[in-house]
Amino acid sequence: MILLDRVTKTYNRRGPALERISLHVEPKEFVIIVGPSGAGKSTLFKLLTREEKPSSGKIIVGGMDYERLNDKDIPLLRRKIGVVFQDFKLLNNKTIHENVAFALEIAGIPTQEIKHTVPKVMDLVGLLGKENHYPLELSGGERQRVAIARAIVRQPKILIADEPTGNLDPKHAWDVIKVLEKINRFGTTVLLTTHNQDIVNTLKRRVVTIKDGHIVSDRAVGHYKGV
Amino acid sequence: MSKRRLIALERIFKNGVINFGRNIWIAIAAIAMMAITLTILLFAVVANATFSHTINEITSHIDVSVYLKDSVTEPQRDKLIGQLKAVENVKSIEYISKNEALKTYVKQNTDNPDLLAAISETVNPLPASLNIKPNEPNDLQSIKKFLDKPEIAALQSDPTSYSGDRKAAIDKITRATKFFQEAGVIGIIVFIIISMLIIFNTIRMAIFNRRDELVIMRLLGATPWYIRGPFIVETVLYGVVAALISLGVCWTLFAVASQTLEASSFGLLDIGYSSQYFSDHLWQILTIQISIGIIIGAASSALATRRYLKLNN
Repeated sequence: MILLDRVTKTYNRRGPALERISLHVEPKEFVIIVGPSGAGKSTLFKLLTREEKPSSGKIIVGGMDYERLNDKDIPLLRRKIGVVFQDFKLLNNKTIHENVAFALEIAGIPTQEIKHTVPKVMDLVGLLGKENHYPLELSGGERQRVAIARAIVRQPKILIADEPTGNLDPKHAWDVIKVLEKINRFGTTVLLTTHNQDIVNTLKRRVVTIKDGHIVSDRAVGHYKGV
Repeated sequence: MSKRRLIALERIFKNGVINFGRNIWIAIAAIAMMAITLTILLFAVVANATFSHTINEITSHIDVSVYLKDSVTEPQRDKLIGQLKAVENVKSIEYISKNEALKTYVKQNTDNPDLLAAISETVNPLPASLNIKPNEPNDLQSIKKFLDKPEIAALQSDPTSYSGDRKAAIDKITRATKFFQEAGVIGIIVFIIISMLIIFNTIRMAIFNRRDELVIMRLLGATPWYIRGPFIVETVLYGVVAALISLGVCWTLFAVASQTLEASSFGLLDIGYSSQYFSDHLWQILTIQISIGIIIGAASSALATRRYLKLNN
């Protein structure tokens, strides 16, 4: 599902943010990526969403070879990958329903279908009935679940969640993680980065540790000892 | 066109209209500037048409009158006409006999019995004349040269009348028209540039205000056109609104002007003709105004979005 082959990303001034990273993620896998700040986790995600191009190496996601992507393929690629951010990136002047519908509108989904689909996803993330609220009226955990709803509403094969619990207290963080697990059970490949030792150790999933731009460990049932 | 594309196009328009409403306060400066530009353009067009009309009016009346001595015989006259026809720049020649001249004179002076008392058909001091209409009223040299020949001059009772005062007026108007055309073109270009800059800046601000939304759109996989399109729709609407405002203002001005000044001349500008021209060409003017408004709007927002929306990654 995701294949990185000796990928290096060098920004101009500093040394390489990622150096010869190779990673293979199977379909329906749940992979947690850990590592200290500045280790290269965010760079990895930016490479996967094609916000950045690798300096060298090969990236193939869902059968698409990034080397062969044209500029006009990038929007299509991004519609196939759901993305969740630490800071939610919701539109505060739109209601919850509008925020989720936004992802479908961009993809040219007919309005009728949007009306039909959004409540189902709201139900999945446990926010049914809050469609007409605005993001700022919700708690952080609820807002992150809205962001997840928006990311999965187009039924992507892959969901990338970059520190989704970073701004949340433990209870809300777990609400978010449970939703991610549920989505994974339905068959979506999930890539999650987190600093939360508790979450990593409780989930008992594959853990990839990145440090200074290198993968230093990759364990099927990993632990995280903190940094 | 696929159904999805059609839906996308519809949403681009819808979002453009929504953004237009949302941005209206920022957009007012841009719209006002564009309305001024379009108004100047409209006045330039109307003034140009009016000047050409005035010039035509006057030049069609310009002529050269050759007054013949009473002693000139019919064969001499016919020979002269024949010679004149061969002269360069002569369009037509009309012979006015002494009797015809008298009739015209009487008609022109019906309310002046004193003048009429002095003349009658038996005592007719008016000379017969040849009325020459030139093709090009600004260049009467060839005609003048011919008439100044001694043997031709000998046939004439009075000095030739070249409608000299009219020629001076034509020269003045031609110069003024040329000046106004040049000033108009420069002025229009300057104003178009200013309005484009203001629209450019308005869109830059709109992009800045909505940068979060634009980043999210991009990350969620919106195509560049889906992001750019609404900005362009928005500025096209500026153009349409500005054109309608401009036309409304001009329409009111012409209506008021033609009522109060009623077909009088305003310097070189014949207001009556201007407002007639305006109402005769209302639809063409509206079309031109709206198209230019749309072009200015679309061009400046295309530039602004190209410059400030980082869409290619």
